[in-house]
Amino acid sequence: MNQVANNGVAAFQTHTQPLWLLAEVTYRCPLHCAFCYNPTDYDKHTQNELTTEQWLQVLRDARKMGALQLGISGGEPLLRDDIEDLVAEAGQLGYYSNLITSGVGLTEKRIAEFKRGGLDHIQLSMHDITKEINNFITDTNTFALKHKVAAMIKGHGYPMVLNVVIHRYNIGHIKEILEMAEDLGADYVELANTQYYGWSLVNRSQLMPTKEQIDHAEKVTNEFRAKIGKKMQIYFVVPDYFSDRPKKCMNGWGEVFMIVTAEGTVLPCHSARVLPNMTFPDVKEHGLEWAWKDSPAFNKYRGDSWMKEPCRTCPEKEKDLGGCRCQAFLLSGDAESADPVCTLSPNHHIIEKAIEDAKNPQLQSQPIVFRTDKNSKRIIGGELKDRVEEFHALP
Amino acid sequence: MSNTSVNPADIYGLARHYRFQWEEAQQCYVLLYPEGMVKLNGGAGEVIKRADGSKTVAEVVQQIEAAFPGVPDLQSDVMAMFELAVEKSWLEKRN
Repeated sequence: MNQVANNGVAAFQTHTQPLWLLAEVTYRCPLHCAFCYNPTDYDKHTQNELTTEQWLQVLRDARKMGALQLGISGGEPLLRDDIEDLVAEAGQLGYYSNLITSGVGLTEKRIAEFKRGGLDHIQLSMHDITKEINNFITDTNTFALKHKVAAMIKGHGYPMVLNVVIHRYNIGHIKEILEMAEDLGADYVELANTQYYGWSLVNRSQLMPTKEQIDHAEKVTNEFRAKIGKKMQIYFVVPDYFSDRPKKCMNGWGEVFMIVTAEGTVLPCHSARVLPNMTFPDVKEHGLEWAWKDSPAFNKYRGDSWMKEPCRTCPEKEKDLGGCRCQAFLLSGDAESADPVCTLSPNHHIIEKAIEDAKNPQLQSQPIVFRTDKNSKRIIGGELKDRVEEFHALP
Repeated sequence: MSNTSVNPADIYGLARHYRFQWEEAQQCYVLLYPEGMVKLNGGAGEVIKRADGSKTVAEVVQQIEAAFPGVPDLQSDVMAMFELAVEKSWLEKRN
């Protein structure tokens, strides 16, 4: 049996066929989360979104290639008024489809239409047990709305899948967050420790908890898991910076995962656009089949022939494939080097320094750069240099 | 690994929110659920296909023995598959 999942579950895969399609249908979003993994220059990609017909074609083509799991994500996908059409097509095609949403824009009318169209589940982001932290970290007044939406999801017989991004501001509330999830009748809870890409990399020193906090959070999670049993599946995704071995990023470059962005760029992972000297295929020009099978970008980091030392001769190279190319490049400037989170990487000191920096009260107290159109424009325009200058590309 | 004990008289069905389907592109049965999927090998697929909430474990064993005559130790293989599927929460007990 091959188990393939995106939540840290072991994966074994030998041939490349896209199993997961993530449709990032828009980068527009009513929330302004400090930890958003969307590119900081997303504002460039909000004017030229694919049309409904183009998305339907993407769904059909990916399904023909073997894709099974569909995530409809963003930004906030519900800002588009054609999600009903995408859901219905996905249902027809036999996808197991998932709407990944903040809940803003979900109405009784829309959810009923999604149910009719065959949407399989809805993943709702939650942020904290307190209104204050929910509203602070998202820079919106959405606390009450999220509870209302959770009830709506449950009311329509959907599995309740909660995604809670964990950071310094809510890591002390894990037990209470899990109790809230239980009260809401959650079937699955993903405690997604912040990974540092996009906006969260810009805000790394403000968001990163300590190793002690992570360890404690994991212990609390395990205790809760033991108590609640199978009623609620809880995933605790250990953040890269605090594990001594790199993750097998995306289950391998171009192995099982394919992302189509709002404007039609085809990517092997969320942040691949930070990599230098790469041209990612455009679905409008080349189609998905060529993008996946033949494009130079998708072939570049397949397998291990691109590796350097210490990865090349590492006995664990097949287990982790040298970690994340984007993280390697953003932090070290060399996309082919070992992911710096690996203790065997010659650049591991960069991770140690970031962990130290996160304890520095002066850096901690720098203002958070929230994910807003205005801040995106500022970053594109070369402002906020001090927040991005240590990285080798705009996160 | 497991404390689950599956009895011949038990009736199992696919767990809530799981979907089981044949995938032409993969040439195998798959289980789909929120945040994950499992590609099933041939034997596992045959068991899950029959665990439809209407048959006892003993009946599933009989059906598989009838479908694959001459294959040794089918009963223990099927029981082990049920144990695994229950342990992984793919199947839930219906009686």
